[in-house]
Amino acid sequence: MTDLLPYLKELMTVPGLSGYETPIRQMLEERWTPLTDHLSVSRIGSLHGLKRGSLPEPKPSILLSAHMDIIGLMVTKVTQGFLRVTEVGGLDPRVLPGQLVIVHGRQDLPGLIVQPPPRLLPSHAQNGPVPLEYLLVDTGLAEAELSRLVRSGDLISFAQPPLETGGETLTGPYLDNRASIAALTHCLEELQHRPLAWDVWAVATVQEEETLAGAATSAFQLRPTLAVALDVTFGASPGSPSYRTHPLGKGPALGWGPNIHPYLFNSFKKLAEQLEIPYQTEVMPRMSGTDAIALQITAQGIPTMVLSIPVRYMHTPVEMVAIKDVHRAGRLLAEFIAQLGPDFMDTISWEESSAQPAIEA
Amino acid sequence: MKDHTRTGLDLPQVGEEQLILLERLCNACAVSGDEGEVRAIVLDELQEPVRHKGGSIKIDAMGNVLVVCPASQSQVGPYLKVMLAAHMDEVGFMLISDEEKGIFRFDIVGGIDQRALVGKSILVGREHIPGVIGANPIHLTKPNETSQSISLDNLRIDLGAENKGVKIGDRATFATRFTRLGPSLRAKALDNRLGVATLIELVKHSPNNIELQAAFTVQEEVGLRGARVAAYTFDPHLAIAIDSTPAYDLPHWDDGEPGWENAVYNTRLGAGPAIYLSDSSTISDPRLIHHMVQTAETLGIPYQFRQPGGGGTDAGSIHKQRAGIPSLSVSVPGRYPHTAASLARISDWEHTLALLYAALVKLPSDIISVDR
Amino acid sequence: MKSLIKKLVETAAPSGYEAPVRELIRAEIEPYADEIRVDPMGNLIARKGQGGQKIMLSAHMDEIGVMVTHVDENGFIRFISLGGVNPLTCIGTRVRFLNGQAGVIHMERLDEPGRVPPLEKLFIDVGATSKEQVLLRIGDAGVFETPFLDLGDRLVSKAMDDRIAVAVLVETMRKLSQDGPASPHELYFVFSVQEEVGLRGATTAAFGVDPDLGLAVDVTRTGDTPRSIKMEVALGKGPAIKVRDSGMLADPRVVNWMVQKAEEKNLPYQLEVLEAGTTDARAMQISRAGVPAGCLSIPCRYIHSPSETVDYSDVQNAVDLLVELLKDSIRL
Repeated sequence: MTDLLPYLKELMTVPGLSGYETPIRQMLEERWTPLTDHLSVSRIGSLHGLKRGSLPEPKPSILLSAHMDIIGLMVTKVTQGFLRVTEVGGLDPRVLPGQLVIVHGRQDLPGLIVQPPPRLLPSHAQNGPVPLEYLLVDTGLAEAELSRLVRSGDLISFAQPPLETGGETLTGPYLDNRASIAALTHCLEELQHRPLAWDVWAVATVQEEETLAGAATSAFQLRPTLAVALDVTFGASPGSPSYRTHPLGKGPALGWGPNIHPYLFNSFKKLAEQLEIPYQTEVMPRMSGTDAIALQITAQGIPTMVLSIPVRYMHTPVEMVAIKDVHRAGRLLAEFIAQLGPDFMDTISWEESSAQPAIEA
Repeated sequence: MKDHTRTGLDLPQVGEEQLILLERLCNACAVSGDEGEVRAIVLDELQEPVRHKGGSIKIDAMGNVLVVCPASQSQVGPYLKVMLAAHMDEVGFMLISDEEKGIFRFDIVGGIDQRALVGKSILVGREHIPGVIGANPIHLTKPNETSQSISLDNLRIDLGAENKGVKIGDRATFATRFTRLGPSLRAKALDNRLGVATLIELVKHSPNNIELQAAFTVQEEVGLRGARVAAYTFDPHLAIAIDSTPAYDLPHWDDGEPGWENAVYNTRLGAGPAIYLSDSSTISDPRLIHHMVQTAETLGIPYQFRQPGGGGTDAGSIHKQRAGIPSLSVSVPGRYPHTAASLARISDWEHTLALLYAALVKLPSDIISVDR
Repeated sequence: MKSLIKKLVETAAPSGYEAPVRELIRAEIEPYADEIRVDPMGNLIARKGQGGQKIMLSAHMDEIGVMVTHVDENGFIRFISLGGVNPLTCIGTRVRFLNGQAGVIHMERLDEPGRVPPLEKLFIDVGATSKEQVLLRIGDAGVFETPFLDLGDRLVSKAMDDRIAVAVLVETMRKLSQDGPASPHELYFVFSVQEEVGLRGATTAAFGVDPDLGLAVDVTRTGDTPRSIKMEVALGKGPAIKVRDSGMLADPRVVNWMVQKAEEKNLPYQLEVLEAGTTDARAMQISRAGVPAGCLSIPCRYIHSPSETVDYSDVQNAVDLLVELLKDSIRL
């Protein structure tokens, strides 16, 4: 089993806010070069890695989508030596005060998110959580120096370093979605030694946290036969409802709901049971909150699957994951791809899938 | 078919056969993402007739049923490809957590007012396994409890002592069975089984002057999703979405007060098919509105305008596909949509069917050659 | 350029009903375009040049407006908004319907004084005393009616959003034609429809044009009025190069291209981060296989009110920057 721990730790420190994914893309280009037959970049910056299959043309293909963008902040105004900010992607402002950040100005600067004292806030913002618009970032620099180095539009990411926490877990910012990137890379490694019938497109998408533009445009360009979105899902933790979360260390979650083709769910489930890979089920009555939302409705429609890695405290700087689950997600995906043959699309059907699916609680 | 002697057009009718079809459709359980039971009925109804016309039926990657009825061979000159869409899915529930002994937590699929849930019977899946959404008896509630809605978190689906093979992920619907009440119909899912039944009839009577592309779509209630890919696949010249829209023509507390009128009725039962001007998803193409109105007036078919604003139909995603598709929606008015029981008038349905059929037959092939 | 702006802003053309202003624009650009067409949604698409990269520029023709939902027995009209109409800006404002009838918007007695009334509590008075006197019916559309006001450096009117950008594109086409040399690119000047109700026109126009680069021209808010939203952008400091708005992140390559050109040619510019509102650029970015997209913004005060205010020098500088950007080869 490849040691994903150091790789994932590295992934968690590479910047790549939505719309500005170049640093993480470049890092992935390097890592994926030996693992793919061809690398290319989409018109808006997603990375496409192709592993060619052996079937004759027209060859079916599977697209694996893991978003490489992360959430963060953007400077809106430089004012009196402080920075006002807005979010990139979704953030809970309650976790922000006291967080260490990096301001990516003309150079990288350490910063601190601060909450002004109540006496300096309007009355409606004095008690309870302070909305993002009133928070400030303090770099310690004097006004003149700050204005020289930072301007409106500059990006800010979390500076929390990854921590190896107990029970083979890893904690830090950006497990959403770098854990999936690690899993996808692991999948490509597993496939190095397996014969492939189908073409495989490993796609590190951009802008999932903002517009799903990466998934929509890559799927349109590549027109795969099937698509799988790899993302994170809510890990069980105290206070979170047990029926909407998944314990760490019990395997990746297979998605079920209108955003997923039931036949794909059943295929993944059967395979996981066959191979004795632990898995969980994630029922999503409406949409999945992942790239799959865009993948499924691209062009003439694509049968889509969602495979998720449980992560606690999502969208905070202290997300937590079980490394085992990252391995399992990558491995299950590789096994699914390895068994795709020329007949798979003949067997996929709506009619038999409409029968009662067997889902373990 | 009714013989409309004014123009010699044989307008399709709503008779016993059509009502039985609608009953089958309304009683089926087909929640967004799990439309199989209705899909099966559509295929059952149309496989033969479409084959007979030399047309085609296929099911796409999302589960849409895509039917094409070609224009007649004798059609001279270019003909229009007209897409009609009716969504097969209904709003309903998904079971999300098994609490043993036949009790399940559930979540809502699509938009349902949470206040409409408590004290209702439901049916789970294609087997229609019965259950209820229960509530504490009023004798045991505290004085101020009855003034508050029961939140979804506190509601459960109860199947009785054992769960009879029901599992999490299964879908459920209200258990209301289709009934005729004089001039009216009462059922669950009139939105949009009325549309599906109408489209089935239109396919059976497909006019010769156009290529009819009928899309029985999925997942309308969770974001107009199926229609989007169906429109991309079909790439028609124009499109009409057939749906059901609310009628808020009920008595108001201020009735009788001088100067008071119900200005927010949306549509009225008995006033005929509702032609959309603008809803929150689409500003209807004026060329299509004009043609629909002209057709209705010429043939003396009653019609109404749905009040602008709010809501949405499959046209919302269709009209933005590819380089743009001129679109319009026409709906059968129905009271109490997205609740356990809706109500519609048979006459409104019949007039909707007649109007759509006539509009297709009389569609001028140059209708979109003038700029919008 | 002021007379062109005046003509454009004083035309009534709400979302979905853009034909009146489309005809006006077509007449203005006819001499400068190689090919003009209208797509199924009503977008006006003018091609200039052939070969080279395909650049799509988009300014929306539609303005926010109102649509009749009910005419009551006493001749008062109820309505919904087309696009983002704020009830606060309606009270006491005049409207002009496409059939020519004009009226005043006002409101019912407020049960909760101090709260902004919802649109349902407003009505339009066209001066009729009964339903029969009203020439309007359900579905008729109208717009705010305020005359164009030239305050010298500042211009005030309804529909600066986005007719000011329409004027910028028209003027850019004129300058590219008359001041030569022609652009090395294939330029598509798109005057889009239905932006205010969800970027609908740009969505289909982008699919049809299938460009290599997309640039929207639209208005953006400012932070330079008393106790305003906190924003760097201000009137008179030059056109704004959009970094981000609530609907998209501009492609950094496009942002850099615009910034570098402005600095190279010594043209004023500002950087824009807008927290509420988006433009046609979002629709272009997500079209087909993706399009590097950005937006050149005209700073504008009081957006979506009957008195949107821009700085004339910002407008002229926007034209200059756009001409410079399009004249030369682009390498992102």
